[in-house]
Amino acid sequence: MSLPAGNEQDHAPEQDGAVITLARDDVARKKFLKMAGRGMGSAAAATALGTFIAACGSSSSSSKNNAGASTGASTGASTGTSTGKAPASGDLAIVNYALTLEYLEDQFYGDVVKSGLFASSPALPTLKMFGQEEHEHVLALHKVAMSLGTPAAKPMGKFPLKDATSVAQLAATVENLGAAAYLGQAGNIKSPEILAAALAIHTIEARHAAILNLTVKKSPTPDGAFGKPMTMSEVLAAVKPFIA
Amino acid sequence: MHTESIHAPELGGVEIHGISRQSFILRGALAAGAVYGATAVTPFVSSALAASSDIDILNFALTLEYLESNFYQVKGKSVGLSGQAKSIATEFGDQEAQHVDALTKAIKGGGGTPAPMPKFVFPVTDQASFLKLAYTLENVGVGAYNGAGPSLQNKALLAAAGSIVQIEARHAATIGALTMMPVTPSGAFDKPLSKAAVLKAAGPLIKA
Repeated sequence: MSLPAGNEQDHAPEQDGAVITLARDDVARKKFLKMAGRGMGSAAAATALGTFIAACGSSSSSSKNNAGASTGASTGASTGTSTGKAPASGDLAIVNYALTLEYLEDQFYGDVVKSGLFASSPALPTLKMFGQEEHEHVLALHKVAMSLGTPAAKPMGKFPLKDATSVAQLAATVENLGAAAYLGQAGNIKSPEILAAALAIHTIEARHAAILNLTVKKSPTPDGAFGKPMTMSEVLAAVKPFIA
Repeated sequence: MHTESIHAPELGGVEIHGISRQSFILRGALAAGAVYGATAVTPFVSSALAASSDIDILNFALTLEYLESNFYQVKGKSVGLSGQAKSIATEFGDQEAQHVDALTKAIKGGGGTPAPMPKFVFPVTDQASFLKLAYTLENVGVGAYNGAGPSLQNKALLAAAGSIVQIEARHAATIGALTMMPVTPSGAFDKPLSKAAVLKAAGPLIKA
């Protein structure tokens, strides 16, 4: 099976995914901010971000660090929460983690299209479409991170773009990694709204992964009936070679 | 507010924009009641409308997995498939059956009673109509899990549901590619479906 060529959809640039709804709907946003702890101090945000950055630099750190961020950043974040739910400050670390991965995916597809390796390939529209979708994930996650605190800085990616075959392999690897990364965080997200958004993105990564696997003659379900999660440290170790 | 046209007509009426999840679910339940009325309410429909606990959600998912595995493993055989459609139906059917087993165990493990398998009727006459319905069912499966996920209280169950929905998404994309239908029919964000929307698509296939 080859990549579907005639597959361009007229999905509008403004999707009404949960995360977008969250980002632009006033009522949802206010409710969300209240849950997330509107008064979260910049110090608390920095703690969460710092933990994320630390996680980036260490392959031995586990997702437990993330739980640590949640605890460390919770001070001052509980005002206005009447539900008794844990404050969502730990979610910032997860959102920033996802944002970092989406930045890399977005840049990857951009570089692939620019490389010209697929200029005459029927796969080009699909690669462009996947790239556009990753870009929308970046925009959405950036907005969410802004509402929680300080968004992660955009990383500079470096990808080996030698030939179409190896690039298609790399694309499949990246998307399967993305799906595993989201799956690995699902149970750690505190805010139901952010969880809904993460789920909505998770299955897009899975769809991309399946199509790219088919392109490189791999099973669309390489792990069988159940998707395999990866921890933050496993994912960060895997993407490290692609960060300049 | 804009509602996209979705390629699976069963999903066309779904509108979640700008309303909260709770009112979304409530509205969905009311809509399903209106659609099906008292006489057409099967145990699946009535349990779905009452669903709230983790066990209820898992039983809702179990019924969808029964439906999918039955579709691939029984209808897939009787309708006469060939080529990639045949191999996909075999592989995906086996995976859906594993989802049935996993959910059954999870429900029992949580002290619940697994829903019995209902009877299904699939309006499918050939390979093309089989693949078309497969595409719809897999996309509905994705939306159903994504819609229910945030309501799961138990985080281990959420992780398990996540590992299943990822497979539903992979199936949906694969069948989309095979049939030249969109592999990401909702664009960059998969739409969560309310139970009512799931019922609208799956309910007519369930006979008792």
